[in-house]
Amino acid sequence: MKPPPFDYHAPTSVREAVEVLAEVGAHGKVLAGGQSLIPLLNMRLAAPGHLVDINRVAGLGEIETDATGVRVGALARHAAVERSAAASLAQPLLGQALKQVAHSVIRNRGTVVGSLVHADPAAELPAVLALLGGSVRLASVSGEREVAAADFFTGPMESAIRTGELAVSAFFPAWDGGTAFVEVARRHGDYAMAGVAAAVRLDDDLRVTAARVACVSVGPAPVVVDITEACGNQSVASVDWGAVVAAVQERIEPEADIHATADYRRHLTGVLVERAVKAAADV
Amino acid sequence: MFDITLIVNGVPREARVPARRLLSDCLRHDLGLTGTHVGCEHGVCGACTVLLDGEPVRSCLTFAVTVDGHEITTVEGLAGPDRPSPVQRAFAECHGLQCGFCTPGFLCTTTAFLRDNPAPTDEEVLEGISGNLCRCTGYQNIVKSVHRAAELLAEEPT
Repeated sequence: MKPPPFDYHAPTSVREAVEVLAEVGAHGKVLAGGQSLIPLLNMRLAAPGHLVDINRVAGLGEIETDATGVRVGALARHAAVERSAAASLAQPLLGQALKQVAHSVIRNRGTVVGSLVHADPAAELPAVLALLGGSVRLASVSGEREVAAADFFTGPMESAIRTGELAVSAFFPAWDGGTAFVEVARRHGDYAMAGVAAAVRLDDDLRVTAARVACVSVGPAPVVVDITEACGNQSVASVDWGAVVAAVQERIEPEADIHATADYRRHLTGVLVERAVKAAADV
Repeated sequence: MFDITLIVNGVPREARVPARRLLSDCLRHDLGLTGTHVGCEHGVCGACTVLLDGEPVRSCLTFAVTVDGHEITTVEGLAGPDRPSPVQRAFAECHGLQCGFCTPGFLCTTTAFLRDNPAPTDEEVLEGISGNLCRCTGYQNIVKSVHRAAELLAEEPT
């Protein structure tokens, strides 16, 4: 259980980092928190020729918050974002989801942007970004581009990042309404068998005017479903949950693995959709 | 090979390591500090937990070169000059260990946990230690130990 050998690069600026990434091309892999990458190395599931360690790159640890949302730099650790009162205020779903990312010790080192780039369909943060319609900013020697969440997650552990690009930050837009993240895992801190992030908006008469969910572990990437119509402009207490659950279940593609059957994931997702929407509506 | 300096338990320690040297192996093999235990080597068991600049991290999921120049506290650095730390004494007093393999990780995790949350509830204790596995105790006495350590720390502010 030791990582395979690799050439090590420790750039101190974004410029230097993208130059190294351009030079090493497809053999390069970025190391930030390493809480997903180093297990893959230790288990020899990955053997990149070059590791570009961005831990010394200045200016990537920032968490910027304003009324429009939260921008999280590539070196902002899960724990730092979780503890940021300003970030929780601007986008509470971040904190709600982060509490369920692995364990606190892992969150001390792991990074939010790293979780997005890792693009595990069972992970919480890609679902959060997808639900909110956020984006990831990618830098390369030829400049920067901003990729919307809908285009970013292209498959299991696959993202739109091209060879030579470095994810420098991610933007989580604010949401004028309630949010929640619920999941079920075999053991606390494990990847969820199923999980649902919900964003809900109510009018003054507490009728649902907008609602959408993002489901984890039930497709190659987070599955975002707009359930506004299925909620039928009703108050949360009067919503036809059968219809809402059906609308979500027809969109998901769960697969069986050692932890759960496909049918169980489908069932669980339905249960969690109702739970998440109710929690997001605070009822 | 890379020449690195780690401030381990307050003492600058130099080592010459390949980039792929895990911090856990650097501490044990290069620096001879075998108090840090290596269990699963993929971040699940928590036995290798050490404090990096005061925060608990998995030393098996950290490269030594990445933390060049940083402060590391291992289980060897927890005790005071005369006696074990309050957390260590609480684990001994409450039988919070049996074989002791997982204990260095629990001690480091608990030390940082109680610094951040000096009077935790049962639920907070469970959450705080949830990333550390123990196959002997059934955790009951570990939870007791954490609460006892909180009492001891409150009695002797330093």
